Amino acid sequence: MSELSLNDAVVTTRLDSVVNWARKNSLWPMPFGTACCAIEFMSVMASKYDMSRFGAEAMRFSPRQSDMMLVLGTVTNKMAPILRTIYAQMAEPKWVISVGVCASSGGMYRTYATLQGIDRVIPVDVYVPGCPPRPESMIYGVIKLQEKIEKESLSMRKDHVRRFYESLDRQEKIQMNEGLTGQQTIQNMLRQAAHDKVATIF
Amino acid sequence: MSILDSLLEKCPSSIQDSYRFRGDQTVIVAPTSFVTLVDLLISEGFNFLVDITAVDWLGKTEHPARFEVVYHWLNLDSQERLRVKVRLQENESLPSLAIKFKTADWYEREVYDMFGISFSGHPNLTRLLTWSDFPGHPLRKDFPLDGGDPFCMSDSTSPFTH
Repeated sequence: MSELSLNDAVVTTRLDSVVNWARKNSLWPMPFGTACCAIEFMSVMASKYDMSRFGAEAMRFSPRQSDMMLVLGTVTNKMAPILRTIYAQMAEPKWVISVGVCASSGGMYRTYATLQGIDRVIPVDVYVPGCPPRPESMIYGVIKLQEKIEKESLSMRKDHVRRFYESLDRQEKIQMNEGLTGQQTIQNMLRQAAHDKVATIF
Repeated sequence: MSILDSLLEKCPSSIQDSYRFRGDQTVIVAPTSFVTLVDLLISEGFNFLVDITAVDWLGKTEHPARFEVVYHWLNLDSQERLRVKVRLQENESLPSLAIKFKTADWYEREVYDMFGISFSGHPNLTRLLTWSDFPGHPLRKDFPLDGGDPFCMSDSTSPFTH
């Protein structure tokens, strides 16, 4: 009854949708730029394409101050443990956009040196194809991520990140026990995952 | 007088083969006489070691030795260049030049990393580019191109998926 007396001053909603509405409109991007996609990303942030129109203007170069990582370019196997550490250091809740074919699948680098897609080591939310993708594609990727955030449940997002932390703990344990480098530990974990016929290591 | 002519005059016994191609001068030396030749090159003024690399001739019957380590020298005064090749069997090693030329330090580490050729007397012969427990040496011809990638297709070169 009291709600009626308040008239339009109160809106009832679900917690998920109101929190996600806030999250999707205040993404703090962090560029993980390793190649030409990062050059293309500069124009996405600059005045002509201007990503701030989508609420993602506060770019930070520290993982501690950001919640949307854009992986822009080729990631080598040697970088894989570093990418995992940086992803772990980001503020929660966090999202990842894989920009360009190199980050998404290794692209044209079908070699021993290149990580064949960053989704082998960290969870990815949106893939943006292209070599490099046009700025419009990257903005489309951010819009797609916003649509995804809109629909997701808060507890599922939490579990998603927790599963990654568990895999990082597992990696550190193997690394300590077997005295391996981070790179070799990840290679071994991937090999084990392929042997067990599971898709990922997290 | 070109460096090739003076080398052939001063130490003909250590030179296995030599040739010129469009101004490039190349000598092929035996591993045992390599240091003698390097000392001679230094005294001739070849003071800059530009590059060290190697070639894997696995399966090529016209090459009796599996590896060929290739050195490029430059004489900074006369701007004359010389290529020196040393043929090595598998598990043979070469004396390190890291004491004589600073540049040799990382080049030899790279050759060791990529081909598994060891250089005796090197101060720190560890891998340069790949991580320290990387399995194998990637530029050897018997190394799978994708490095034994566990998620690759069935027609790949990986030895791990079959």
